[in-house]
Amino acid sequence: MGFLEVRNVSKNFGEVEVLHQVSLSAGQGEFLVLVGPSGCGKSTLLNMIAGLESITNGEISIRDRVVNDVHPSKRNIAMVFQSYALYPNMSVAQNITFGLEMHGVPRAERESALQDVAKLLQIEALLDRKPRQLSGGQRQRVAMGRALVRNPDVFLFDEPLSNLDAKLRVDMRTEIKKLHQSLGSTIVYVTHDQIEAMTLSTRIAVMNEGKIQQLGTPRDVYDSPSNIFVATFMGSPSMNLFTATASADDKGVYAEAETGAGETLRLRMADPGSALSNYVGKEITVGIRPESISDPDGAARDDGASQVMRNRTIVVEPAGADTFATCLIGGKECVARVRADADIRPGEIAEFSVKSDKAIPFDSKTGERIA
Amino acid sequence: MMAAAMDTAVRTGRIARTLIYLFLLLFALFYLLPFAVMLVNSVKPLSEIREGNMIALPQVWTLEPWLAAWSTAQIGVDPSGLSPYFWNSIKMVVPAVAISTILGAFNGYVLTKWRFRGDTILFGFMLFACFIPFQIVLIPMARILGLAGLAGSTPGLVLVHVVYGIGFTTLYFKNYYQVFPTELVRAAQIDGAGFFRIFWRILLPSSGPIIVVSVIWQFTNIWNDFLFGASFADQDSQPMTVALNNLVSSSTGVKEYNVHFAGAIMAAMPTLLVYIVAGRYFVRGLMAGSVKG
Repeated sequence: MGFLEVRNVSKNFGEVEVLHQVSLSAGQGEFLVLVGPSGCGKSTLLNMIAGLESITNGEISIRDRVVNDVHPSKRNIAMVFQSYALYPNMSVAQNITFGLEMHGVPRAERESALQDVAKLLQIEALLDRKPRQLSGGQRQRVAMGRALVRNPDVFLFDEPLSNLDAKLRVDMRTEIKKLHQSLGSTIVYVTHDQIEAMTLSTRIAVMNEGKIQQLGTPRDVYDSPSNIFVATFMGSPSMNLFTATASADDKGVYAEAETGAGETLRLRMADPGSALSNYVGKEITVGIRPESISDPDGAARDDGASQVMRNRTIVVEPAGADTFATCLIGGKECVARVRADADIRPGEIAEFSVKSDKAIPFDSKTGERIA
Repeated sequence: MMAAAMDTAVRTGRIARTLIYLFLLLFALFYLLPFAVMLVNSVKPLSEIREGNMIALPQVWTLEPWLAAWSTAQIGVDPSGLSPYFWNSIKMVVPAVAISTILGAFNGYVLTKWRFRGDTILFGFMLFACFIPFQIVLIPMARILGLAGLAGSTPGLVLVHVVYGIGFTTLYFKNYYQVFPTELVRAAQIDGAGFFRIFWRILLPSSGPIIVVSVIWQFTNIWNDFLFGASFADQDSQPMTVALNNLVSSSTGVKEYNVHFAGAIMAAMPTLLVYIVAGRYFVRGLMAGSVKG
């Protein structure tokens, strides 16, 4: 049993079903991130956990208590909103303690809880100000303070960083992570930003079209995406996809595709007899991350899974730490991540090192991973 | 020509501005003229007015007409002055404005933050109430007041004005709360505030500007109403406007113009006062709204 359990939950708005039989669970102290493009149902799911949206079908329980019909204030949760939702007529201190006041906590206790939280978030100097006198980052802190002071079972974050500028967003991200590490609280966090999801979470639920596409650790989701959607959604630049033909011999199963240099790239994908063998002679889609295609000097050779590919570079994009080189595989543009000082020029043929063990085969029709 | 005009831009600007201000001053004086005439003649003995000097300042200054209008002038059959009717108006206006504003705020809150099936149609009906001419409802309203036992009383007038005002106040507050972030209501729900607590603690304290708008509108309309006052009030509950009419249009005795002027100013004073006092808060409220990020 998880600390937070979502079992076969659906949500209808009128005739339209926006969430289809979603199930997930989070253990105590887990940082679960719901990530997906807008309209995928992640905020709806969060609001259902919070009790702000009704549950059409299924069950949500927190600490083994089914909360379907429990009022939001009685679920022992706290939520941080995208707009922070600070009460404009109240001071920072009143904003933070409003929830405690509504729950009938005595004044002295409220005061000490306020001081603790203010100290933790370093907002002691702001307690008498009104929200409109605060900067974006300060408002963010106050919103978190309002959640922390309740000491809830589960924290819910609804895209809390998306209203901040890029620099501040990265800083606050680190702070949220620090806070989670020191408090060990259970967090469900909604974002559309895959980097936020990767950096913060202990587990990620990638959502699309009202379904959970994959639920796993950041590493799982990144290295072994369960379908093409997850593969392309996670990672920036996103995973390269190209069409190849499956073939096999007694040493393994391969994916064959033509490179921009007119040669055939033959990637070893799996051992003989694996699921991929059923696709021999058919078209499959191969996904490979840019960092798995590099220049031969920059690649680590010790793993034995690297293959050499000769390919014609189309575009070279220096990005400071690395350089991105675009070339064609199987007629599709693929990005290679090479060292910043690699000797690669557009229009010329160069050698690349491809880590074939990082290549992932997908069924071209269903988009599912072949495993 | 162009270059010359540009060279002197600043200087001609100043001249133009002076001209504009002169014009504005002139118009302001023109519009204030009737009020000045009223004021001047309300502190003149009647004899001076009879001599035909309407514009001239009084030779003898006197507060006699004001005192007469307030406490001794003949209103209908009673020599009571306007004072009892002034209090009648206050007793009618204050509750009517307060109740209609609160109800409007409440309606706006429900219609925007607690949506329900058919709320748009309901709001449409309420909005429709704003466009019904007063005369149409006179007879049905008289019947209802009679059935409710409120005919010819101040509570009856309060009811009429509240019913008529709700359409407007609901419109104001609905528009205002429409852009009030729903996330705040949700945050308050999670914090444990209920339906009424959210209204009193979160929404209403943030509604300053629109409350002022609603109060100004309702106060002016209800205070200045004559038709309902004349139709539904009896001798003991007649508002100021009806009494002023009775004072001015009495057909017996001497026409005491100076007393009439004083009475008219008295009748207009409260609305003026509301504009002067609340108008400032209105602007302040707007400014506060404009700088919040």
